[in-house]
Amino acid sequence: MNSADRASDMTTSQLGELALRCRRHIVKMIHAAGAGHPGGSLSAIDIIAALYGNQLRFDVKNPDWADRDRFIMSKGHASPAVYSILYEMGFITEDDMMSFRKLGSVCQGHVDMKWTNGVDFSAGSLGMGLSFGLGCALAARMDSSNRDVWVMVGDGEIQEGQFWEAAMAADFHSVGKLNLIVDRNRIQNDDFVEVQMEVGDVGAKLASFGWDVMEIDGHDMEQVSQAIQWSSSMTASPTAIVAHTIKGKGVSFMEDNPSFHGKAPNDNELVIALEELS
Amino acid sequence: MSAPSAGGASRDGYGAALLRLADDPRVVVLEADLGKSTKSCLFREANPERTVSLGIAEQNMILVGAGMASSGKIPFASTFAIFTERGFEQVRNGVARPGLVVHLCGSHGGIHTGTDGSSAQSIEDLALYRTIPGMTVIHPCDDLSSEELTIQLLDHGRPSYTRTARNKTPRMYDEDSSKKLKIGKGSKLREGSDVAIIACGVMVSEAMRAAEELSKNGVEATVVDMHTIKPLDTDLIDELVQECGGIVTAEDHSVIGGLGSAVSEHVSYRGGVPVRMVGVSDRFGESGEPGELMDLMGITYGDIVDSCQSLLS
Repeated sequence: MNSADRASDMTTSQLGELALRCRRHIVKMIHAAGAGHPGGSLSAIDIIAALYGNQLRFDVKNPDWADRDRFIMSKGHASPAVYSILYEMGFITEDDMMSFRKLGSVCQGHVDMKWTNGVDFSAGSLGMGLSFGLGCALAARMDSSNRDVWVMVGDGEIQEGQFWEAAMAADFHSVGKLNLIVDRNRIQNDDFVEVQMEVGDVGAKLASFGWDVMEIDGHDMEQVSQAIQWSSSMTASPTAIVAHTIKGKGVSFMEDNPSFHGKAPNDNELVIALEELS
Repeated sequence: MSAPSAGGASRDGYGAALLRLADDPRVVVLEADLGKSTKSCLFREANPERTVSLGIAEQNMILVGAGMASSGKIPFASTFAIFTERGFEQVRNGVARPGLVVHLCGSHGGIHTGTDGSSAQSIEDLALYRTIPGMTVIHPCDDLSSEELTIQLLDHGRPSYTRTARNKTPRMYDEDSSKKLKIGKGSKLREGSDVAIIACGVMVSEAMRAAEELSKNGVEATVVDMHTIKPLDTDLIDELVQECGGIVTAEDHSVIGGLGSAVSEHVSYRGGVPVRMVGVSDRFGESGEPGELMDLMGITYGDIVDSCQSLLS
């Protein structure tokens, strides 16, 4: 696929089918690895599918194309979501995807730009991605480039102070090409966010930092698509989509279950998960 | 080598270099409120459109630099040495791990910084950045060498940390001799076969003075300005091991992990001669004038003389 000209115009139904295929890849690759983070991958994948399906300008044959849009996956533990879409777009092979977390694999445990074509950020330590995206957007402005920068963070992640440093700086510098997506799935490593340290009204907090904010159901493909179009059209100030999602979405026993933040399904669980995702 | 003359501080050389580097449109400068202190303000005044102020937020600044580097820019980000340490993990994970070429500069390094007291006196920065794979670590001794080494970073192609000093130090180089410096190659300032003194930063001029004192007693010392702590010039150290009876290192930095440790690690691996370290022992500083603090910490030319004599006795 060459999306440099952004010719694709997938329907919401097609985007839903793309996300479903990705969900199957996600549970399969985590099962094969025996480790990984299914919960936050499944909560994020509808938005990621919509972004890659219809919005991002990239060139699979030239992953380093300077004017490509950037997708910065700050919640880097949700790497299976990224690998699933990179496979669907043709950046990596099925063998690559299924070698996730194995020695020498291009699919490292956390997304890493040094290892994987199509990955624009080396994540794994939370709270850094928005700063990186801000740097990408500032560089684009200096270059008078039209490229957009999309950053996805988790809601537990924004407990990191650096995230708010970046949020304040993005407003101060009026970086309109910076688009943030908060995957508000309400669960972090140890427990629910509200138990660990509630982050509260994320949209209001970002709005008070000067951001334009839209809140959506992050699994409703119509809302997801509209929010992406809205965010892309706002070029005077940075924009945030607060996507209310369900951790583990699509697999009943993973949904809203903190124990599947960072645990692989066993053999029986994989069978059930794939049945539910058929 | 011409006689030392009065010059500026190494941070002045850094600022002068940034201004010269502005001819390259890829160069951008990132600040965290201390541009007047680090001297990046010179670049800001001439090139405001390529200077980004990020406020007192070092962690964000470092990752903004990483993002810009990934987009074809060559960012120079600076703050006090001590405050770069707040972003250590950002440098490790966000800059060096993906191999993004961000040049970080920490000014006001060492106890030489003086009356601000221990909170401002970074004595562990060289050790920290030396542990990061692929990271170049530089600590120049005067303004002219600082300017030259910073200029060379433009085409260096690897992430780097440069420590500069707040206060003026005697010039060890002139306009011509500073041009001969190379990142990663130590610079011999004096030759002698009895002992080798390997120094960096403000301790280079102390080492030269120590060598003069030793000479009065018939001990001839080689003095090396080891402005690049990493990659270490191990070829030069191997030469010194062959030529001299021992090595004394001198740094305004903890003896744990800095130049002395780097030299000792190499010499212990290849064997040969004893090594003594002059540096800040395992303690914090306090407020005081630079000279007073150097006395208190045991990092004066006299301490270098004592270490050389102890080593040779």
